[in-house]
Amino acid sequence: MSVEATGPAEATAVDSTPAPAGGGFVHRLLMAIGPILAALVLAGAILLAVGVDPLTYYGTVLQRGLLSPLGIQQTLTRMAPLLFVAAGLIVAFRAGMWNLGGDGQFLLGAVTAAASAPLLVEVLPGWMALPIAFVLATAVAMIWSLVPALLRAYQGVNEIITTLMMTFLGTSLANVLVKLVFLDPATTVPQTRTLPVEDRLPRLFDTTITSGLIFGLVAIIAVHLMMTRTAFGLKLRIVGANPRAAIHAGLGVPKLTVAVFALSAGLVGLGGAVDIVGVQGNVRADWNPAYGMAVIPAVFLARMNGFAAIGFVFLLSVLSIGGESAARRVGVPNTFTLVLVAIVLVMLALAEYFDHRHNQSRKA
Amino acid sequence: MTRPSQSSTTEPHDIVVLEGVTKRFPGVVANDSVDLRIRSGEVHVLLGENGAGKSTLIGMLSGLQQPDEGRILVDGRPTPITSPRHALSLGIGTVFQHMMLVPTLTVAENLLLGGPWWQRPRIGQLEARVAEITKSLNITVRLHAKVSELSLGEQQQVEILRAMVRNSRLLILDESTSMLTPQGIEELGALMRRLVEQGLAIVFITHKLKEAAAFGDRISVLKLGRKVGEITPPRLKFLGEKAAITEIVEMMFGKQTDDPEAERHAGSFAKPDAAPLLQVRDLSVAPMADSPGLSSVSFDIRPGEILGIAGIDGNGQKQLAEALSGQLATTGGSVELDGRSIDAMDVGQRRAAGLRYLTDDRLGEGTVGTFPVSINFFLKQVGEEPFWRRGFEQRGEIDSRAGELVREYDVRTPSLKTPVGRLSGGNIQKVLLARELADGARVVIFNKPTYGLDLANTLASRQRIRDTAARGLAILLISTDLEELLSMCDRIAVIANGRLVGDVQNEDDVRTTVGRMMVGVAA
Repeated sequence: MSVEATGPAEATAVDSTPAPAGGGFVHRLLMAIGPILAALVLAGAILLAVGVDPLTYYGTVLQRGLLSPLGIQQTLTRMAPLLFVAAGLIVAFRAGMWNLGGDGQFLLGAVTAAASAPLLVEVLPGWMALPIAFVLATAVAMIWSLVPALLRAYQGVNEIITTLMMTFLGTSLANVLVKLVFLDPATTVPQTRTLPVEDRLPRLFDTTITSGLIFGLVAIIAVHLMMTRTAFGLKLRIVGANPRAAIHAGLGVPKLTVAVFALSAGLVGLGGAVDIVGVQGNVRADWNPAYGMAVIPAVFLARMNGFAAIGFVFLLSVLSIGGESAARRVGVPNTFTLVLVAIVLVMLALAEYFDHRHNQSRKA
Repeated sequence: MTRPSQSSTTEPHDIVVLEGVTKRFPGVVANDSVDLRIRSGEVHVLLGENGAGKSTLIGMLSGLQQPDEGRILVDGRPTPITSPRHALSLGIGTVFQHMMLVPTLTVAENLLLGGPWWQRPRIGQLEARVAEITKSLNITVRLHAKVSELSLGEQQQVEILRAMVRNSRLLILDESTSMLTPQGIEELGALMRRLVEQGLAIVFITHKLKEAAAFGDRISVLKLGRKVGEITPPRLKFLGEKAAITEIVEMMFGKQTDDPEAERHAGSFAKPDAAPLLQVRDLSVAPMADSPGLSSVSFDIRPGEILGIAGIDGNGQKQLAEALSGQLATTGGSVELDGRSIDAMDVGQRRAAGLRYLTDDRLGEGTVGTFPVSINFFLKQVGEEPFWRRGFEQRGEIDSRAGELVREYDVRTPSLKTPVGRLSGGNIQKVLLARELADGARVVIFNKPTYGLDLANTLASRQRIRDTAARGLAILLISTDLEELLSMCDRIAVIANGRLVGDVQNEDDVRTTVGRMMVGVAA
């Protein structure tokens, strides 16, 4: 210790990681690919056990989710809401707050947009109407997050419990709103008025891909830059990494907590609005895609890094679009994609655990 | 488990012997080559302040930790104690400081916990055994009462009973009196006496001198991980309680000739006629479950002056520091910095006004361990120019200033990007020193600034504090290390139970005065 150079420039060479650079890269690659392969094999074993040829299933998923022109367009379209949800979760998780109420926030945002957009486009030009619908959806989701936010900020109530409970209330409230308040009188199915296709978000070029994808990418990259490059993001990360250090440094932790919940829920709610205004056009009373839960593993796999999250959200979209097709063709329920993602997550955690153990024993 | 607990009591013998036991933690030597004999039929008192290494020693005896050097002999044979279960099977039972009973279960159920899971709990057998033990100890235990209905003293008896049911030959009582009423303490003392009369060995940990002298047969004093003295049973009898306490105070706080840290308070930078830079009047904080709060604390510090706060850990030191820095809400009193009231200011405004708080909890609240060294320099300035402009991080500015601080404060780090948690305790402390002392500091609160540091870093930190005083800053130095206060301070005040009980000039004979005030013996 005493002989180390003190200047940062000279001292950089004395890094404590013993592995050489090349070995480090191979090692990292192995750590990323290995668990995924193991998960595919394990999931394959489950498929075999229920009498489905795993290769057929994987082939169908890949074909329908990634390789066919229509499939890839659907995949990219599906990414739009997922990216918003991921962005919202990254804000919260990096600040150490476990917003598990994404589904409620998403649906309330969606219903708000579905209720307001068809009315707004009748009185305002589209370029003005849709942003107003987005703002309304965001605001409603933000307000919805106030209950867990205030409870956590000022009473220290665990937000995992409150957000989960609020999500049940939120989905029910969305359902009630559709059935009782925003019901489209012209149809027999309980659903909101449908936004005419020409008033929805434009599609990209000559494809069926929604331009919501662009907004989603912008949102998640903006969130990533905010968290890594700005003072506000750093404050949130301090709160997340060491709340006591945040208090010691004089950060207003309660206010930051409320801000985190508002941002997180707002982004998730905006995701709901983008999905409605871009793709669905209306909300059926029984509609709940449960993106809020599905995206959580993807965000974890990406270690809450925005750019990595784009990749994992893409993967999740491929699996879910492909899985929906495979459900029809191979007869595996499309929730199996969630099983697959979960197995990947468990495998990655195991790999990390053993890698850590290995490092420890090598040091000793 | 085959040995009966009441082994022949005729001849006292060594049950457990520690030989040169050393235990290190990152940046700290918790136990430094400690020798200890624990004999049957004796209450062996372990005395020492917090951080003296008592808990680590117990941890090793009860199998929670293993020594790095030295060995432990059980019945004369070197025996590594590998787990708490192993310790129990060797007959070593521990009653920890905090109750380890399940409050919703009955006493009997608690006593039966830990039995083999495939067997029905053997209540009948237990009742017979308990009756035998309680009779010989002359205590009554309500086996079918819920633990939550018992007083703390009764719960403690249950804990002791649990150790006895498991045939313990050596009973370790870790600060067992800290939560008891005076009467409960007396009862515990009498119970210990009866236990050792049956041939048990007891290790009794405390930091209250009176209890040590009243209940102990043999007293060992630990200080900063080293055993600094022992009073044998004959000598203890010979001395009597008063003289024994004097001797213990001398051991705990006395100057050691071979101590390289001990140096005289050399010269003062205080300007006696200058107006006080920090004025604290009647500062009060409400007591909480785990802290005494503050009652009416008042003092002044002049420019260049170092005021020491001495006292046993947990007497309100942290509350004092946090109340001054703005982290903790006060219930009364006022604080003025250079004649300006700062009562209405929050943490950030107080920092901007020049009040700096160097916390003792370096990793817990001082730094964010996973963040790079460079960011940790500016944790308290997030968003300020020139390191952030319009809210955006200016990496160049941050890195160049961090580089300067690393050089100026001699932080030994592999790079600016290294997570601060990977540095040694001494270097983390340098990061904190740099953060608090740089740019506009006027009053600095140091809370245990050398706690857990090695000698080189301790001396460097002390020099840094002296230099700070020489620059004309007012310094509040909170420390549990009396030696440190004697070598640094102009004045020393003693805190006990959230109250300042004395404020004396640091002169020749102050050592014993302060030492006695610290342990609650009137000066």
